[in-house]
Order: sequence, then structure tokens, then C-alpha cells
Amino acid sequence: MSALLEVRGLHVEILLAGGLLKAVRDVTFTVDRGQTLALVGESGCGKSLTALAVMDLLPPRAQRRAERLRFEGLDLRKARTRRMADLRGNKIAMIFQEPMTSLNPCYTIGNQLQEAMLRHRKVSRKEAQDRAVFLLEKVGITAAASRLRQYPHQLSGGLRQRVMIAMGLMCGPAMIIADEPTTALDVTIQAQILSLLASLQKEFQMGLLLITHDLGIVARVADRVNVMYCGEVVESGEALQIFDNPLHPYTQGLLRCIPIPGKTKPGEHLGSIPGVVPTPIGDLKGCAFRNRCAFLSNACTAENVVLREISNDRAYRCLLSPETCAQNLRGRST
Amino acid sequence: MLAYTLKRFSLAVLVALTVSFVTFMLLRFSGDPAAALAGVNATPRQIEFVRVKYGMDRPVLIQYAAWARRALEGDFGESNYFNQPVQAIIGGRLSVTMTLGGCALAFAVLLGIPMGVLAAVRPNTWVDRVALTISVIGQAMPSFFFGLILIIVFGVMLRWLPISGSDSWRHFVLPSIALGYYATPAIMRLTRSGMLEVLASDYIRTAKAKGLRSGSVLFKHALRNAIIPVVSLLAVQFGFMLGGSLVIETIFAINGVGFLGYESISRADLPMVQAIVLLVSMFYVVLTFLADLFNAFLDPRIRVG
Amino acid sequence: MSEQAAGHIQEVEFPSPGEILRRRTLAHKGFMIGAGVLCFLLLVALLAPALAPHDPYRQDLGNRLVDPIWHEKGTWAHPLGTDNLGRDYLSRLMYGARISLLIGVSAMILSGLIGVSLGIVAGYFGGRVDMVVSFLITTRLSMPVVLVALAVVALIGGSLNVIILVLGLLIWDRFAVVMRSSTQQIRSSDYISAAKAIGCSTPRILFTELMPNVLNNLIVVATLEIAHAVLLEAALSFLGMGVQPPLPSWGLMVSEGKEFMLFSPWIIMIPGFVLSLLVLSVNLMGDGIRDITAPEGRS
Repeated sequence: MSALLEVRGLHVEILLAGGLLKAVRDVTFTVDRGQTLALVGESGCGKSLTALAVMDLLPPRAQRRAERLRFEGLDLRKARTRRMADLRGNKIAMIFQEPMTSLNPCYTIGNQLQEAMLRHRKVSRKEAQDRAVFLLEKVGITAAASRLRQYPHQLSGGLRQRVMIAMGLMCGPAMIIADEPTTALDVTIQAQILSLLASLQKEFQMGLLLITHDLGIVARVADRVNVMYCGEVVESGEALQIFDNPLHPYTQGLLRCIPIPGKTKPGEHLGSIPGVVPTPIGDLKGCAFRNRCAFLSNACTAENVVLREISNDRAYRCLLSPETCAQNLRGRST
Repeated sequence: MLAYTLKRFSLAVLVALTVSFVTFMLLRFSGDPAAALAGVNATPRQIEFVRVKYGMDRPVLIQYAAWARRALEGDFGESNYFNQPVQAIIGGRLSVTMTLGGCALAFAVLLGIPMGVLAAVRPNTWVDRVALTISVIGQAMPSFFFGLILIIVFGVMLRWLPISGSDSWRHFVLPSIALGYYATPAIMRLTRSGMLEVLASDYIRTAKAKGLRSGSVLFKHALRNAIIPVVSLLAVQFGFMLGGSLVIETIFAINGVGFLGYESISRADLPMVQAIVLLVSMFYVVLTFLADLFNAFLDPRIRVG
Repeated sequence: MSEQAAGHIQEVEFPSPGEILRRRTLAHKGFMIGAGVLCFLLLVALLAPALAPHDPYRQDLGNRLVDPIWHEKGTWAHPLGTDNLGRDYLSRLMYGARISLLIGVSAMILSGLIGVSLGIVAGYFGGRVDMVVSFLITTRLSMPVVLVALAVVALIGGSLNVIILVLGLLIWDRFAVVMRSSTQQIRSSDYISAAKAIGCSTPRILFTELMPNVLNNLIVVATLEIAHAVLLEAALSFLGMGVQPPLPSWGLMVSEGKEFMLFSPWIIMIPGFVLSLLVLSVNLMGDGIRDITAPEGRS
């Protein structure tokens, strides 16, 4: 399987009044066809900016640079505005977090859906309309034909998000980037939307880059996981492995915070990670997590910690050895 | 829909009553209308004669009620100066003022909206600053001053355009600019702020993520939303223009309702003044109603019923 | 907040609110220019009797329409020339500042009192009260201000008091609208509920909770309404039905100079220019205050 999206050494920097904010630092990952990669981390860790950087939709003050940024072999760093616009909505689709505000209130659903296709394909309005109906049904919306004439404010949040997904699929993209697609929805709807995404991905063999802070979602849907903290990737690997054997103290801390069916015992205290995420502004040296890490040592402050690969697709960013990490995990959970 | 229209209609009636009542009282109590009518050199007997002749010796409320009753039938009295029915004289001049107002509004829109869009797309650049500067200066100049400058520059020095009268379309150019420029800053700023707000919204991000070209994003998606409050502003500004055309019409000797109002005041032709005030206020009410309807047309979220 | 982590990922320090306000104010060019020019005009107005080189009412028919200093025939005796009755323009200009500022500020205060009361009452009590006030505002907005003001002043007579009164009674609408919406916003906010919960009476709530928070909106509207009043007075005087001669209202000066403007354009340009300058500085100040107290509104 050739890599659909290759990202290596991605940096995003934002010029603020107080200095240069290094929001995304040296992020590397790949997404293959038919594969789901999850970018996990708390608010502000840079995962959304990573996605926006790939799509070239960063806010005006932000700048990106990367060693490698390829989509289907095309170097996105050198792609001109026109070329990028041709790719967006066509080969790469992005779904955002707030379905309530992501659709234009002045135009019908049908208009906005058809527009997504008419922009990229030389088809008639009727054909675009038929495709819209087809996809609306695919995402589980009944009475699709009449829905086309409705306005966004006439639909619920869950329905709107389904419309967004359908809109992303109008041109049959090779990859979907979903930025917290279920965060703003009811819990009951979340599961439905996720299953929908998973089944659509399988059916159309798309690559899926899923951005979320919710580990529960990751467990359900992801093949591979990159855990991000303060702009960096601190751990990466297959989802199952990360859940079974988290290495980085942050990942361990995250997993302790949620109840895991089968592992968490009744009456057990759920953990929390003390402290707050620091702001990556100005000169950065040492491990970003050190203020909140239980296993802090002097070395953590002195030198920058690089990402260590322990096998083909397993990596983590900590000075402790894998064995020590495993030990810490066991020690904490007894 | 029907209920809404009825509600607005009864509001309009109430406004009409209140405006005409307030104006009536103001005019009656501002001085002795009989004395003003009789002239500066009139003797007390002459003034008394005028007072009785025009029914100004009755209680004020009775006078108003009589006026209102006749007004409902379309009779706004006779002009003291022309000795003809008021409505005939106003009718003749109305189209001129409407034309002037329309042209002025068109000028303001053609200048203000593109400037606002441009300023929003390039915020905090020199384009933005120039637009804001123009708007700030535009709002500081009194309209009569601007009108006189236009006359001097374009009418006299360059001799491009005529400076008085209302015969040809050319006669309307300078007055329209003088009347319209005052609304331009407000339109430009509202468009700019509306566009800035809209451009930061999520559905614009979606539009870009769909790969839409910037023209489509800007005009089909952004402006369509940003323009909605501007429509209400335009209605209000048009109403103001109809009321404020007085100064411009006087300077450019345009035979419109505003100039008529000015002349009527100098001649103490109170029935005329009364009628004109009522007319302008009714226009305003109708305009805001139309603007609300248009708003509902533009924004699907606020459609009634 | 400012505890430094032992290392180099910094915490960001925040200055005090007063300091932020001061910094923003000084950095805002528009506000500083506007305030500066306005202070200058205010000083000229206040010190006019001391600064004016001549008596603004003294006619000198032998010296009519003398050109200002930048023309060949200008003299330093009359740096801005004389008008068609030989009166020194510079002196008239200075005294005119008094009239414009007096009328502008007084009318603003009067209209402010009316508009603010109506607006706060409407916004706070809502319901029927709000309906009535909204109706009053709509009615007032529909009336052509220039026409009505003109008619009333023409009939009563154009003394300064009458003009201030008429303008004040006519331009209160923006005060009312802004105060109404500000009050509505705050009425439903939490600290009003808290005040009610501890038993504060209504007038007390209005004064101690509401007013401070609507204050910045109020100041912005107040400055803009000064400009509005100045422009209206100028228009009325220009049409001959405002300030009466021989008082040196700037609008009146433009009107008096109109018949000579084709040969001596400076005669209308000078008063027109200072009028624009006054209005401009007031507007800049008002906009500046708005930006400084609510910068989130900017891009």
C-alpha cells in the first residue's frame, strides 16, 4: 500500500504579540489507504493546526514548514493556491467540529452539496443532485430528496454533521480529515456518526485522519495512533499496542483518566494529570511534559528529548527505557 | 405573514397619528402662526382677522382633530401661499425628490459596498486605511459644505456639470453625490465589519475546505451573509435622505419636496409643512417595513410563518 | 501566574487592567489626534476673548473682503481676511468655536438625559414599557429632524437657548437605542441576578450594577452626538434659521459668504474646514474610545 499522505518534520509557527508560538513541532506521520490514523491529545496540543497545515487552511498569522509534505506523491509545500483549491473537497475532504455553524445559513442543503461537486467536476446540475441524494441516503438521512430543499437551521446537529460527511464525499475523495467530528454532538449520536465514518471508509477505501481528544473514540475506530502533547508527537504506534502498553508517561496518564472496560476495577480511583499545558513560546529546551511528570529527572530539563523508535512503527519521546516505562505502568496500576 | 403585516400596518397608523400630532402641536405653540402668516407689518386687527379666517381661534385639540379627520380623506388642507390643495403641489415635487434620493443611495451603495469588501479582504493594509480615512473624513464634512465645494470645483472651475435646476439627468449628478456621500461611510463600515465577521465564520472555512475559488467564497458565501444588516441600513439611510434632502435641494435649486418644505417654512405655510413632515415619516415607516420583508427574503432563518 | 518553571518554557505575564487601558489609549493614533485637536479647539474657544486680535462684531466697511495672508494682497492685520462687512475672520472663527462647542455639548447633554433614561428604563423593565419606548424611538426616527427643527426655530426665533432646546429634544434616539440594548444585555446577566438575590432594590441595581457597565457605550455615543449636534446647528444656521447674525456661527459664516464664494472661495472654505475639523476630531475620539474599551470589535 503506498502512503496516501506523508508528513515529515512539520512545523507550524504563529507570530504573537508575546513572541513566536511554536504550535506544531516536528510532527511526522503517514496515512495509508483504507487506514485510520488518530491524532490524540488535549485542547491546544496542536492537532487541529496540524490538519489545517496539511490542507493549507492555516489562519493568516501562522506559517508552516516541513521536510516532507506529500499527498499522492504531490509535494504540497510547492503546490500553488489554485492547485491546493483543486485538491480540497476533491481528493482530500475535511470535516469540522461544529456542525451547527459549518453550513451557510442562506443556502439550501442541496445547493451546498451540489456546489461541492460542480466545482470540481464537469457534470450537470441534475447529476450533482442525484449524487447528493445518493450520498445523503448513504449517510443515513431519510427522505433525502426533500431534504435537499431544506435550510441548515431546519436540521438537528446530528443531521447536519451527516450532511457535512456527505458533502465531503461528493467527489469521492481519497482521504478524509475529521477534526473532532463528534465532540459537539450528543453521546448517543456520537456512536452513530463514528460507525458511519468507519463503514464509509471501508466501503470507499479512503484514508482517514481522525483528530480527537476522546480516547474512547480512538479505541473504536483507529488503526494507528499518534499521541500529541504541546505541539509534539510523544508516542505513536498501533492502537492496540498503545492501549495495551503505553510507554510515555503522558499516554499512561491519559489512559488512567478513563475507565477501560475489562481493565478498570469497580471502585477504583480514576487518575488525573496535575498541572497545565505550558505555552510553547520563546526558547524551548528540555521535555515539554516535565512539569507534570511523576518520573522527572535532571536530564529531562537539560536536553531536548528526541522521538525514539523501538520498532518499525512504534515510537515514543522519553528518556526512560521501554522497560522502565512498562514497570511504571505496572507499579501504578496495582 | 398576514398577522405580521397587520401589526406593522397598525404601527404605521399609530406613528402617523403621533408624528402629525407632535408636529401640529409644535408648530402651533412655536409662535403665533396667525402673526407669522399675516406678515411682519400686520396690525393686531389684521392678525386677528387671519386667526379667525383660518380657524386658529379654536382650542388646539379641536384644530388637530379637524385636521386629522380631513387628512384621513386625503385632504391636507390648502396651502396658504399657493391657495391650492397641498397634496397637488407636493405630488408634483415628489418624483424629483425620490429621484434625487434614489440616485444618492445608488452612489452610496456603489461606492460603499465595494470599498467595504475590499477593506475586509485586506484588513489593516493601506487599502483598509485609505477606505477608513475616506469614510472618516466623509462623515466630518457638513453636507452643505461638501455641496458648495462640488459646485465650485465641478460646476465653476471645471465646468463639467450644471449647478442648479433639475431639468436633465446631468443636474442630478452633483446633488446625488452631495446627498449620498454622507451615507457612504456608514455603509462601508457596516459592510466591512460584517464581512470581517462573516469571513471568520465556520461556514466560510467549510467553503474553502471544499476547494471553492476565492471569488465564490467572497461573493456567493460571504457577502450574501454580510449584506443582510446593510439592507436595513440602506432603508434607514434612504429615509434620512428624503428628510435631509432639504439642504441639498436648497443649494442646488432642485424643485423637490425638501426645497418646498424650506420655502414653506419661510412663508409660514403651515399646512404644507405639516403635510410634508407626515409624508416623510410615512415613507420612513414603509421603507423599514419593506426592508424587514427583504431581510426575511435574504435570511431564511427569520422568515415568518 | 508569574512563577517561572525551572527551565525555559515560559508562563506569559499579564499586566493590570489600568495599565492595559493606558497603553491602548496612548497607542491609538486616531484617539490621540482627535483628543489633541479637540483640546486645541476647546482652548481656543475658552480663551477667545484673550486670543482674538479684533472684535468679531466690529464692522469696517472700508476693508471688506480682504484676502487672507496666503494671497498676495493679504496682511498680517487680518491673517484670515475679512468678511463682506469688514469683520476680522480669524476673530469670528475663534468666537464661532464657542458657539459650536456650546451648542454641541449642551444639546448632547440634554438629549443624553432624555435618551439614557428612556433607554435604560426600556431595557431594564422590558414588556409594555419597552413597547412604548420602542414606539417613541421609531416615531422619532421617522420624523425629518432638519425640517422640524427648522420650522420650530423659524417660528420661535433663533436664540441659542431655543436651538439647544430643540436639538436636545430631537436627537436623543441614538442614546435611547444604545442604552436600551446595553441594558438588555446586562439585565439578563449573572451579576444582576446575584444583586437581586441579596435583596438590592431596583434603583440601586440600576445605579450600582448597570451604569458602570454601560458607561463606555454611553461615552462613545455622547461624543458622536456632539458631532451630530454641531452639524445640525451648522445646517440650521446655514439655512438662515439657526443662530442669527451678527453672531459668528460657522454655519452662518458659510451662508453669509456664499454669494462671494466664486471669487473668494476661502470665505466659505475656512469656516467649512474648521467645522469639519471639529466634527472629525470628535468622531475620532468617539471611535477611539470604542476601540480602546472593546478591542474585540476590531478585526
